Amino acid sequence: MELVALVKHDCPTCDQLLPALTAAAQRGAPVRILSQSGERETSEQAARVGLTMIPELDVDLALSERLDPDAVPAVVLFDGGAETDRVEGLQRDRLIELFEAAGATLDAGDLPAMRPGCASVTRDPAVAAAIAARRARAEGRIRSRILRIGGLEDPVEALYDRGLTDGLPVVPPTPERVVAMLEHSARDPQDVVAVLPPYGGIATIEKVAVNAVMAGCAGPELPIVLAAVEAVGREDFALHGLLATTHPAGPVLVVSGPYVEQAGMRAEVNALGQGCRATLCTGRALQLTVRNVGGGRPGVEDRATHGSPAKVGFSFAERLDAGAPFGGLAQDRAGLAAEETGVTAFAGEAPRLVADQLARDPESLAASLAEGLEQVSSIRFRLAFDAMLVLGPEHGRVFREAGWSRAQLQLALHQASHRPAGEIVRGAGGIAEGLDPAWVTDPAFPVAKFASPDRILIAYAGGDAGLFSMVIGGWVSGEIGSAPQTARVEDWLRPGRS
Amino acid sequence: MDFIDLLDPTAERDPVGRPLAPRGGEIRRIALLDIHKPRGDVFLDELELLLQAEGIDVARTAKPTFTKPAPADLRREIAESCDAVIEALAD
Repeated sequence: MELVALVKHDCPTCDQLLPALTAAAQRGAPVRILSQSGERETSEQAARVGLTMIPELDVDLALSERLDPDAVPAVVLFDGGAETDRVEGLQRDRLIELFEAAGATLDAGDLPAMRPGCASVTRDPAVAAAIAARRARAEGRIRSRILRIGGLEDPVEALYDRGLTDGLPVVPPTPERVVAMLEHSARDPQDVVAVLPPYGGIATIEKVAVNAVMAGCAGPELPIVLAAVEAVGREDFALHGLLATTHPAGPVLVVSGPYVEQAGMRAEVNALGQGCRATLCTGRALQLTVRNVGGGRPGVEDRATHGSPAKVGFSFAERLDAGAPFGGLAQDRAGLAAEETGVTAFAGEAPRLVADQLARDPESLAASLAEGLEQVSSIRFRLAFDAMLVLGPEHGRVFREAGWSRAQLQLALHQASHRPAGEIVRGAGGIAEGLDPAWVTDPAFPVAKFASPDRILIAYAGGDAGLFSMVIGGWVSGEIGSAPQTARVEDWLRPGRS
Repeated sequence: MDFIDLLDPTAERDPVGRPLAPRGGEIRRIALLDIHKPRGDVFLDELELLLQAEGIDVARTAKPTFTKPAPADLRREIAESCDAVIEALAD
């Protein structure tokens, strides 16, 4: 039997117990006394309380990590390496028992019967985080190469200088922050989420978490980012072409389902704008992952003529409350249950407004919104581009009260966005752009804007007031371009948190 | 603090070496690759005439869509049957 005692220098209860502990040790009791404090503090404490021996140092807090006490002084009894008993804080009679069990005596004459200890150094949040990071590294849960920045360097500037940001400041991805982020996924951090173009970078959960930290995400946002990476990594999303194109589109994320609330996304006022951390950071985390893991850099692999502010990151949540005209986009597209949450990735531009202040019946409003949708890319470009319509609540109400389904609205928008071939053929109206005349035999023939009704994605979000909706133009779509993809958030969550 | 440790956010891939194909051989056959952007064919038609006038055999090839990388089979076919390739990159 042997005893281990953990103390620290700034603990009055340790001060009080230490003379009795060291006296016992000097009388031959099988007790090791270790301090969680540094060498200088430990020596000063020994001098202050009049010890004739100085406690050992618990180097790197290795023993403290293993014993994991809440409080010190902590005295632990071992039998052949296995812990059989412990006392945390000062409990005179219990400590006497422990020493007797170890075949020794503790001279506890002057000690109080009971006095609480102080928090173990390992309970300091910063120390606990460092220990968790060290353990994650030792267990292979984090494997990323270390970028060592000088102590006098500004890590934000250092990351910018190394070309690892989108131009905005990032949160430095310390091991402690990344390990804390990883707590929000059930999966092995080395699981591969996607292989990202253009260079085939392997996006493990760890790598996504590093970029999510940099983007400013809070932990609960990680499963959304993971689902987004999964979605854009699928071959049919054509991410390689999307990031390399001259077109300004990027991945637009629509998050639909109850996890929106847990992640802190807000689908009401200013849903597509600023002010909500989870909304902004999830989209940015995806784009940073694409840049850093896939390797697509603006002006190098990314050849966008103009780009758009939305390419910094574009994510928003659907408002699936009682006022919603129909179920969620992810639920509708991918068959998710209402209690599940899906992330739908769509290759899209920045959003723009479609206003209609007068329509009170669904037919009129659908026709009006269809005019807005027709403008995507060019009114004369037909069949090649999809679009997303984000219905605002005041527009959504019209369809809800009329009992329209999403499919019904898609069909009405599709039908209303046809246009006579003669109006959009090359040269019509003095405009060179347009349909190839070889394809136009009847100028009155109605030409569809979209390849089919389901190529118009409909989401629902926004504040209560405003007879507005938003149009998000797509990139080249379908089998010749990018097909929207939906991934389930729960697949990336910790069991029990979903 | 002497230093700050951060985790590398990249895939940590070493840059893939992409050596140029051997040069110096006679060019007898050139592939003209149409990526399916509008009017790419107009440009390639002109190039084909110019190359034929030089006595060079031309193979017209095309990607299925400009939005995606050329399929591996197409790349192999061009590599095996042609000495060089010219791509009409964009509009």
